[in-house]
Amino acid sequence: MAMKFEKNADGTYMLDVCGYVCPHPQIYCKKSIEKIQEGEILNMVFDNPSSAETIKQMLDQAGHDLMEEKKEAGKIIFKIKKG
Amino acid sequence: MEEKKNQMWAFAITGLLIIISMLYYQANPYYMYVVAYIWFGFAYGMMLQYGRFCFASASRDLFAAGVPRMAVGILVALIFFSLIQATLASTDMSTFHPAPFGLHTLIAGLIFGVGMVLSGGCASGSLYKIGEGNGTSFLAAFFGLCIGQAIFVDVTWFNGLMPQSWFDNAMSKGIPAAQMTSSFDIYLAGYVWDQPVVQLSKTAAFSGLPGISKYFIADSLINALIPAVLLLITIYYFYTRKGFLKKRAKATGGAATGFRDELAGIWSMIMASKRTTLMGFIIGIVAGLHIFVMKGMQIKFGISNFGELLTRMGHSADTSIKGTVFDPGYWYITSQEGQFGGWILEKFGWNMHDNIFFGLNNGLPEPHRNPALWMSSGIIFGAMVMARLSNEFKLKLPKGELIVWGLMGGILMGVGSRPALGCNIGAFFIRVAGGDPSGWLYGLGMVTGAFFGVKFFNWWSDRKMAKEMANF
Repeated sequence: MAMKFEKNADGTYMLDVCGYVCPHPQIYCKKSIEKIQEGEILNMVFDNPSSAETIKQMLDQAGHDLMEEKKEAGKIIFKIKKG
Repeated sequence: MEEKKNQMWAFAITGLLIIISMLYYQANPYYMYVVAYIWFGFAYGMMLQYGRFCFASASRDLFAAGVPRMAVGILVALIFFSLIQATLASTDMSTFHPAPFGLHTLIAGLIFGVGMVLSGGCASGSLYKIGEGNGTSFLAAFFGLCIGQAIFVDVTWFNGLMPQSWFDNAMSKGIPAAQMTSSFDIYLAGYVWDQPVVQLSKTAAFSGLPGISKYFIADSLINALIPAVLLLITIYYFYTRKGFLKKRAKATGGAATGFRDELAGIWSMIMASKRTTLMGFIIGIVAGLHIFVMKGMQIKFGISNFGELLTRMGHSADTSIKGTVFDPGYWYITSQEGQFGGWILEKFGWNMHDNIFFGLNNGLPEPHRNPALWMSSGIIFGAMVMARLSNEFKLKLPKGELIVWGLMGGILMGVGSRPALGCNIGAFFIRVAGGDPSGWLYGLGMVTGAFFGVKFFNWWSDRKMAKEMANF
């Protein structure tokens, strides 16, 4: 099992931590945001519901924008804009 | 379609537990004692899952992500639970008992704290996550809290570390030789049992307070409320104050530096995760109600331990040589899982009755007659129902590194829950709310352990991120 952090052709980033449980999704989310520039987009896919609550508060406190949130086939997808 | 299927599962699980409860009652009304544990466990499971209520998350997310939601939730739960504990103590309806404390309390908390970060959940958190279908939590709970804990209390591997004085002291206690064979036995009888036991309301400083005020002033106000409020203020100051005041100043178009702004900031932090805070409030109340109900049952049946009822029903083989089984009378997690592990190991020919933990104190009941084990099962089923109703149930088998973290963390939690006679619930939450300051010592150990666990995971994830970014 491996996490994926990729830069897409359109300049957005993708973090896939499906299969991971606490605290990995929140740690990888924080570190991924640290690696990208202000205004850039990170699409995050994970399937650990307990991490979602923590990630939302982390984004809010740090001033990042959770632009979109959806659930698809047991996966949670966050579209985050670095603030 | 998926939603409908999940709802059917939720109804099926709840219905099964109702049928089990009725069968127990039909078998013997004494089993209502077990049924009470089942449904309080079920309620805890639902609340833990809905609130994403995990003690590991409290310190871990604070250190790893700067998020205080869970620390706040636990402190809120503690405040309400301590008030109810004091009410119950003042009406002689409490089953709470403080524990011997010393340096071992801190060390045990430290080991447990590292373990809960590695495995991804505390003792209660792991159970509710099993209910969500999390295989890593199952590994941690089964191999660490069940099997690992049972082995830990029964082996002689640590005899070389025990001072001679502990051996001599343990031998002088008059315990039957057949029940004192392991290193943990020497540690318990030779060291722990002689350590001080403190409940603030019963100390010389507070026992003279008039009437029932000593329970509210000493146990609740001094031991729980004031420290909890101070911790809330400290967390606010270091983690959310700066961001909140900046946002508030921007919103109001002026400087936000007044006392009202600070109070608004603390309130904002408390309400940042409504579901966690709300569950903290309800868990605090339900945990108190649980004590009330168990005490009521004990009065009704004229017992102080469920082992007495098992003996009356002809199941004395389930009990320890004292006729007791593990029956905390309140929310507790790890000992019953150790019993389950011990029961399994006995099926493979391992004698688990030759120690103090099982043989002298807690017994080894058949799992379906183990009241506290039913509480743990209730937590799993309650969380499963809630996860199904929220369409959040997903069976996730542990893979790769998660197998290693789950096993390592689980074993550390199993080991860390024994020396201080409890885990994040029994040794921290219950004790702090009951007026036993040793709960804070265990909590300090847990937080310190979590800090080191997070340091390790930060290092680990930095390595993996660097590898991924090499392709950019």
